[in-house]
Amino acid sequence: MSTAVTVSALEFAYPDGRVALNGVDLAVEAGERVAVLGPNGAGKTTLALHLNGIHQSASGTVSIGGLEVVEESLPEIRKRVGLVFQDSNDQLFMPNVGEDVAFGPANLGLRGEELGRRVDHALTAVGGEKLAPRPSHHLSGGERRRAALATVLAMEPEVLVFDEPSSDLDGAGRRELVAALSPLPLTLIVITHDLPLALELCPRSVIMRDGRIVADGPTGDLLGNAGLLAENRLELPFGFTLDR
Amino acid sequence: MGAGHSHALYVHEHSVVHALAPEAKLVGAFGFVGCVAVTPREAIWAFAIYALLLGLLVSISRIPPGFVALRLTAVAPFILFALFIPFIAAGERIDVLWTTVSVEGLWGMWNILAKATLGAGASIVLTGTTEIPDIIRGMGALRVPALFTSIAMFMVRYLELIADELRRTRVAMVSRGYDPRWLWQARPIASSAGALFVRSYERGERVHAAMLSRGYTGTMPALGHSPATTRQWVAVAGLVVPCAGVAIVALLI
Repeated sequence: MSTAVTVSALEFAYPDGRVALNGVDLAVEAGERVAVLGPNGAGKTTLALHLNGIHQSASGTVSIGGLEVVEESLPEIRKRVGLVFQDSNDQLFMPNVGEDVAFGPANLGLRGEELGRRVDHALTAVGGEKLAPRPSHHLSGGERRRAALATVLAMEPEVLVFDEPSSDLDGAGRRELVAALSPLPLTLIVITHDLPLALELCPRSVIMRDGRIVADGPTGDLLGNAGLLAENRLELPFGFTLDR
Repeated sequence: MGAGHSHALYVHEHSVVHALAPEAKLVGAFGFVGCVAVTPREAIWAFAIYALLLGLLVSISRIPPGFVALRLTAVAPFILFALFIPFIAAGERIDVLWTTVSVEGLWGMWNILAKATLGAGASIVLTGTTEIPDIIRGMGALRVPALFTSIAMFMVRYLELIADELRRTRVAMVSRGYDPRWLWQARPIASSAGALFVRSYERGERVHAAMLSRGYTGTMPALGHSPATTRQWVAVAGLVVPCAGVAIVALLI
């Protein structure tokens, strides 16, 4: 198996001096599904923003499929890494969903029929064939999240990074999202503190705290370690038991 | 573009005017308003022709007359101002009913009344038959710089979200017993406006990050917009050319 994502000794501090990443090392194989768990402020989203070069490292490196994330490689990196943001409203900025889904591939230079096919394909993948003509502020939370996912899938990325996929979703919206994500043949990195979602989608998890990775292993093992979870302010929902 | 009922000014109908490309409608509306604006106020017959043409346009557009009348109330403040002019203007005065008014003032009032109403009527037809995103696309097709059209597009997209945040802030204030009656109680409103500005600014940064993530390099990609056909331009000329003719005749005589 080839390595899809390699992060080594990554450090980053925000302009106000707050250290967000403090030596992150992570390797993700192609096709692997990894959940990044951790309390609020652990640096999870900051790490995600490094994977496609929105933030550039102060020290350390990030490589995607062997290509290092540097200024010159950004166009190629952004083709390879799709990032779905926590607030779908940030992701859906065009007048309607169809145009939003077309935005990425159009930036890659696609036009006409080929562009139309990409849009249809991405919307079908998230079960949102009927969403194309609708303005995004008229969508329900679940529809909006799936539309945001489609905008990224239309870029046909190799690596999909999803920041808090289940936040603000009701039960049905969450189930529809899992159904859309499960069959995708992609390397998947899911940032979440929804532990059952991590268990459902990702065989492997890492736990982040204070800007570094403090645990890495099979999701079931990590979630079964009550001490580890407590140390990292993570909790399984009340009444939830692991089938192991 | 079937973008749904996205704004209150739009009348969901199927008419030839609805089907026109937005850039053609923009040129038509601006052409019409331009002709009205340059027509001398004394040419009352010209304004009658403009009103007739506008009425015809409204009926072709299938916009209910009641809707037009309701929307026309938007010009009420100007008309209110215009009503004062005959009383305060100088010059020759004539007796009307129980008082005397200025002749010059009456013409001034008529000028504002006629032009504001016709101008507003044209914009009601434009916005009643065109979704706002389409109007912005039309501006793009008319070579308005992409920077302006992008800003307008984002404003339309996020205005509703910002209004929503404002509503939530207000509810949060009212829930905690804030019920301002005097000017010196306005401080929380001012500080919440500041917070709203910062939140909008931060959202702007996040939207920009989302755009960069999808390969944005500084120019918006042109997406499936079918340009106005020759027939559509001819149809628009069918409105603007007679208006221009009327304006020219009115200016010459």
